[in-house]
Amino acid sequence: MLFSLETLAGLFFFLGILSVVIGALGLVRLPDVYARIHAAGIIDTAGVTFFILGMICLSGWSLVTVKLVLIGVFLFFTSPISGHAIAKVALECGIKPLGRDLTSGQIKSAATPPQKKTASKKSSKKKAAKKKSAAKRVRS
Amino acid sequence: MMLIAGMIGLGVAVVLALVRVALGKTAFDRVLAVNSIGTLIILGIALHGFIMDRPEFIDISVLYAILNFIGTFAVLKLFSTGSLGDR
Repeated sequence: MLFSLETLAGLFFFLGILSVVIGALGLVRLPDVYARIHAAGIIDTAGVTFFILGMICLSGWSLVTVKLVLIGVFLFFTSPISGHAIAKVALECGIKPLGRDLTSGQIKSAATPPQKKTASKKSSKKKAAKKKSAAKRVRS
Repeated sequence: MMLIAGMIGLGVAVVLALVRVALGKTAFDRVLAVNSIGTLIILGIALHGFIMDRPEFIDISVLYAILNFIGTFAVLKLFSTGSLGDR
């Protein structure tokens, strides 16, 4: 055989390390929550898939393989759901994504002065507090 | 050898995600980074089982995957509604 199973596992581990480290670097470097969700998606899909494929190549046909496939399928379905939920709750709490605002035409970039950022944060907190009080009123 | 290299790569990624937890501007950055750390730890536990030749660690890994998912959703529900749904 040209490729032994161990070299295939080594290749998968190499790709897995590469994608995991790239995803973590993006988690540090990217400017926004919504952009960082994109970077975390690389860890949760490419990294997990390559690492689990490498471990499957090492384990052969056994119960361990079934459990590894179980972990892979579970993470494949749940990590996009949690990323989506983080984005939805962040948008509900008033954190605006970076980029061009289509209503006013202004470009909000990562290089905005820090005063503006704190101001928007305060307003978002106020919005969240208003929402909470409104919800309490509805409940009572 | 490659298993050790995999563990080292996972460790580097965990340290980078911890930097984001320390620096994160909003709470959602921290939740996202902790979720990623949980995913990396799942892979690390499974790899540790392979390094030590004790594949029983995979069971712990499955359990940790479920706990990671539920924990993230509990924190997000606490953020969005202010309660965990008990009143």
